[in-house]
Amino acid sequence: MLTLGIETSCDDTAVAVVLDGFTVRSNLIAAQEHLHERFGGVVPEVAARAHVEALNPLLEQALTEAGAGFGDLDTVACTVGPGLVGALLVGMAAAKTVALATGATFVGVNHLEGHIWANFLAHGPPEPPYVCLVVSGGHTMLVYMPEVHRHELLGQTLDDAAGEAFDKVARLLGLGFPGGPALDALAREGDPAAVAFPRPMADSGDLDFSMSGLKTAVLRYVKREQAAGRAIAAADLAASFQEAIVDVQVTKTIRAATERGIETVLMGGGVVANSRLRERMLTDGEAAGLRVLYPPLALCTDNAAMIACVGAARALRGEATPLDIGADPNLRLAM
Amino acid sequence: MIVVGIETSTPQTSVAIGGEQGIVAQMSVAGRARQEAAAPALEQLLRWSGTDLAHVGGVAVGIGPGLFTGLRVGVATAKTLAQVLGVPLVGLTSLDVLAFAVRHTARRICAVVDGRRGEVFWSLYRPVPGGVDRETEHEVARADRLVAELAAVPGDVLLVGDGAILYRHEIEQELGGRVVVASATHAHPQAASLVELAAPRLLREEHDRLFDVVPVYLRRSDAEIAWDQRTRGAST
Ligand SMILES: [Zn+2]
Repeated sequence: MLTLGIETSCDDTAVAVVLDGFTVRSNLIAAQEHLHERFGGVVPEVAARAHVEALNPLLEQALTEAGAGFGDLDTVACTVGPGLVGALLVGMAAAKTVALATGATFVGVNHLEGHIWANFLAHGPPEPPYVCLVVSGGHTMLVYMPEVHRHELLGQTLDDAAGEAFDKVARLLGLGFPGGPALDALAREGDPAAVAFPRPMADSGDLDFSMSGLKTAVLRYVKREQAAGRAIAAADLAASFQEAIVDVQVTKTIRAATERGIETVLMGGGVVANSRLRERMLTDGEAAGLRVLYPPLALCTDNAAMIACVGAARALRGEATPLDIGADPNLRLAM
Repeated sequence: MIVVGIETSTPQTSVAIGGEQGIVAQMSVAGRARQEAAAPALEQLLRWSGTDLAHVGGVAVGIGPGLFTGLRVGVATAKTLAQVLGVPLVGLTSLDVLAFAVRHTARRICAVVDGRRGEVFWSLYRPVPGGVDRETEHEVARADRLVAELAAVPGDVLLVGDGAILYRHEIEQELGGRVVVASATHAHPQAASLVELAAPRLLREEHDRLFDVVPVYLRRSDAEIAWDQRTRGAST
């Protein structure tokens, strides 16, 4: 069974071809970071315009790399939310049309479920249940999955996503946009215990997150150092800030799993590319007797292979999405 | 040759199937769900008209100017359809299609599409045998600028499009009896007109390069405009 995946929910145009649900035949991304850099964040109109130009050449290239033609497709999977409406609609228009013109089954996919299923590419899903930490530029949430395709939201950020917090602090340090990878690299040279930043909501008793208190603390620290005429030790600041975010996420994820007696933790989303988060989750998880899984780095950030993976599994269950489905910017994971 | 036309430049989604012999099916939908309507409308029209996609020989698409989000849905749908079917694609502007639909007149034609925020997209045309000749570039302007431009145009003018209907009062006040505004039937570019206009071009093989067909925006994104104002402000 051959599945075409299309993902345009934010600022990456992505197309992939996946065989039998889990074998990636091609996985292409036309990144737009250079278009958004000067604005310090993703501009929805700029993103949508770039999708229209990038999508069709990418479709051709993805099929060529997979050694397939449109007529070989059985399923067309496309992100229908959450994300930027104008951006989502471009990918959805193309996906619906491929399905209509080839007779393939159209399956609308939740972007967040895609991030979770990035773990299953190549090997298929391990035995459920799982606790999943989805953490990206747009999302920070803990999800309980008693079985595949069933989700219960355990907690989420009350303000910024972790990736946003990384980007904002990176900008403060003049590291450009997107700043996550640069901050990660800088933090490796610093001392994570140099500045005692707060761990927001670490002891809140629930599984929610908050970034605003930490962000304010970083700002206050920088102002105080500047007022005192001291140079900012950027590497120490980056390492200490990163440690504060990672600390809360690892602690709450492990607590979510152990409290429910769940042995498997999945991670997904662009922030999983952060080396300290992976490292801490592995060591702390192992100490707590948990199996911690995360996708290869190329599949942590937004991609279409993960969307095709979910779509293929849903199509196998007999699911098909009507062609008149709309984009849902706030789409939730199905219960 | 069977041609599929898709036109989504204005708050209406219009899809048609036809050819040089005439139109066999058209569906036009306004309203909230129209953003999702292009592919399902085409699916229905194919079924109802008994048209097999394998017999489609070309795709025509409205490329704006108009409302950005809906416009992109039509362009992405049409490009992908032509790509999957392996048939040629022709892109035509919303203003050209509007003017073509009212070509049977002796008046000069002004096509006007509402661009929101007090602005319109417009062009002037002269009717010629078999169609219209565009006399100006596609322009974006505040409605009062359009009124001033029209005041300088000699002779009688037929205005067409949702922008003309929206600013009819201002236009008639300034130009009086020299102008007529086409009725609401012509408010939006119809896919049937698009097919009629595109079919001869497809037959003559005057099609566009598929990957190069992009919407005509005539306006940059707000973020880019604000950026320019900021950097200009900083440099002066
Ligand atoms: Zn994502």
